[in-house]
Amino acid sequence: MNLFAQAFAWLFAPERMEGTYALPTLLGQHLLYTVISVLIAAAIAVPAGWAIGHTGRGREVAVGISGAARAVPSFGLMVLLVLVLGVLRIPEAAVVTFVLLAIPSLLAGAYTGIEAVDRHVIDAARAMGMTEWQVFWKVEMRLGLPLLVGGIRAATLQVIATVTIAAYVNLGGLGWPIIQGIPLRRFEQVLGGAILVALLALLVDLLLALAQRMAVPTGLRTSSRDRSTASVPASS
Amino acid sequence: MIEFRSVAKRFPDGTVAVDDFSLVLPSRQTTVFVGSSGCGKTTLLRMINRMVEPSSGEVEIDGESVLGKDPVALRRSIGYVMQNSGLMPHFTVIDNVATVLRLVGVQKRAAHERARELLEVVGLDLALADRYPSQLSGGQQQRVGVARGLAADPNILLMDEPFGAVDPIVRADLQQELIRLQRDLDKTVVFVTHDIDEAFLLGDQVVILDKGARVIQVGSPSEIIDNPADEFVSAFIGVERGRRALRIKETPHGRVLVDSEGRTQGALVEDGG
Repeated sequence: MNLFAQAFAWLFAPERMEGTYALPTLLGQHLLYTVISVLIAAAIAVPAGWAIGHTGRGREVAVGISGAARAVPSFGLMVLLVLVLGVLRIPEAAVVTFVLLAIPSLLAGAYTGIEAVDRHVIDAARAMGMTEWQVFWKVEMRLGLPLLVGGIRAATLQVIATVTIAAYVNLGGLGWPIIQGIPLRRFEQVLGGAILVALLALLVDLLLALAQRMAVPTGLRTSSRDRSTASVPASS
Repeated sequence: MIEFRSVAKRFPDGTVAVDDFSLVLPSRQTTVFVGSSGCGKTTLLRMINRMVEPSSGEVEIDGESVLGKDPVALRRSIGYVMQNSGLMPHFTVIDNVATVLRLVGVQKRAAHERARELLEVVGLDLALADRYPSQLSGGQQQRVGVARGLAADPNILLMDEPFGAVDPIVRADLQQELIRLQRDLDKTVVFVTHDIDEAFLLGDQVVILDKGARVIQVGSPSEIIDNPADEFVSAFIGVERGRRALRIKETPHGRVLVDSEGRTQGALVEDGG
């Protein structure tokens, strides 16, 4: 039997649904850590990114922080935090790592979304008599949404990938069969775990790609097909 | 009545967009600021609704300084039409037109009703109401922009090169439409353009500007053509050589006027004849 067949045999074995390390439990842990971390990161980074995008101030700081955070090795940071916070606080240390990892993409998604809005449109909104809040909420935020969702997509995938290696500090998640399997040389188990992580990542990416498409406001989504039907008999 | 009193605008980078500008813009008339790009004409226009704050001097509307007013309320009370329409790309045509009405708290239904009236006023088919700006032609977008500027029935309408980006045929159409609208609506219109022909066509009062919004000449189109202030104006409006440098040519059938290129521009007729 080749390794892939063995991996699938491992995946579909009845024991995979039992015990502390049952696959549904691991999947649940994986998703829970991902969702919590992205939500916390979004609560910090999205308002900050919007503020930067709207005011145009603090962009250099944001770029600096994002660049620095991207350069930090996630695995090293996590191990360091576990050592600093103590082995009883592994989930907290892990979540802090994931949040730090997710922030740059979310921050960039939020402020580039607003920066990419046509200055003419923002100027017109203000000239119509919109308040600063209305300019942001009715115009900048709506038009910047696709790029923000793109940032959420990038951040989520990065966190999903990093939660996998967090099994090394005994966090559970779909990385567990991989991390446990390597020293035991159970490669069918390693591959089985890897397949699950890959499938999860692809599925989440697909869903968020759909969300990104849906975030494009209708008026900007109209294709050239619609344009050809626009020739209503009107002057000019 | 809009009055500029020794208004200046210096930007932080040191450029002087407006250097001591004073002028009265009479009510219910169209005043056109005309000059080449960078002469400060748009800056002047945007000072009226506080999109630009003067560095010194006062802009007054009916004797009240705009600087004492809340900028948001001021902008809602003044219509603004800009180049490239400036429509919200994610709003339908009807929502674009109704924007200011909704901002001042008019119920959606009533705002849409009024917006539909305005689409008719500017000559747009109601079938376009639910379209998005990207589905319209440039000329149609400009009409929507004009409708939006008129929606809250402002006394003042600011127009910043509104027809600059449409082709000449559509532009001529829009200009005639604006003349008709102005006849019906009687707004105080402030219009910015770099096109002297457009200025003479639309303006009751034409203001020719040079760098730093220095006034070279103010007057009705006739006054300016009758008596250009200097060489610059003569050249700018083309009375020395060009389309407005006309001379009489005798023909067997009567007298006609020809321009400097020798092309016949019209016939000379006797008054009342």
